[in-house]
Amino acid sequence: MAMKRFLFCLRKPPHSGAYVQEMLDTILITAAFDQTVALLLLDDAVFQLKTHQQPPADMKDTAAIFKALELYDVTTIYVEQESLQERGLLAADLFLPVQVCARKDIAALMQQFDVLFPG
Amino acid sequence: MKFAIQINSSPYHANSGQTAYQFACAALAQGHQIIRIFFYHDGVYHAFRYAMPPDDERQFSQCWTTLARDHQIDLLVCISAAQRRGLLAADEARRQGKTDNDLAEGFRIGGLGQLLEATLAADRFLVFG
Repeated sequence: MAMKRFLFCLRKPPHSGAYVQEMLDTILITAAFDQTVALLLLDDAVFQLKTHQQPPADMKDTAAIFKALELYDVTTIYVEQESLQERGLLAADLFLPVQVCARKDIAALMQQFDVLFPG
Repeated sequence: MKFAIQINSSPYHANSGQTAYQFACAALAQGHQIIRIFFYHDGVYHAFRYAMPPDDERQFSQCWTTLARDHQIDLLVCISAAQRRGLLAADEARRQGKTDNDLAEGFRIGGLGQLLEATLAADRFLVFG
């Protein structure tokens, strides 16, 4: 099978309906097909990985569902530095280890991938 | 050039489905190939057989049906996104003991694996929505 490098660029906050869950399904399927998969969290998507979420019983802790990424060997997660700063967050506030990337370097990062998957 | 397309928003929530449709028509007119259009998230609302907008509005599922028929385009609707939103194809409905047949002509039900297959085969993958 062909191999491509996928960068999933996530921008939405948690609890955008089923959007985060359905994006995660796409990411996991892509990884299950042995493609190279990385994530880039931009804007309010940085909240998707925020620790200490306390959702009501009928909503999911979105950070916890990203735990499944490790099972599929998806360990490359980039976070835009300015998106964190604008929201008063540090990389340490996130549930998984991430690589912080400055806004000015995002375009060069994207050029390393074959498919940019907006989400 | 070979394109794969994904549509993520419903006809009445955003214009991105319409933009995708216009893109598809323009690309085909210029001799490009569209290997698959994948309907995901609220994009599955494009595939409802019984959407009944007023006469002076665009009937989206009919537009897609015609496009698929005229150009043999594979219109694929994600099964899990569809079932979350109450869109049951005839065979899945039977399996659930129901009589629905909600999928418009020209669409078929599939999964994310077929989306991935299309992104690998395409020269360009475009997401609308």
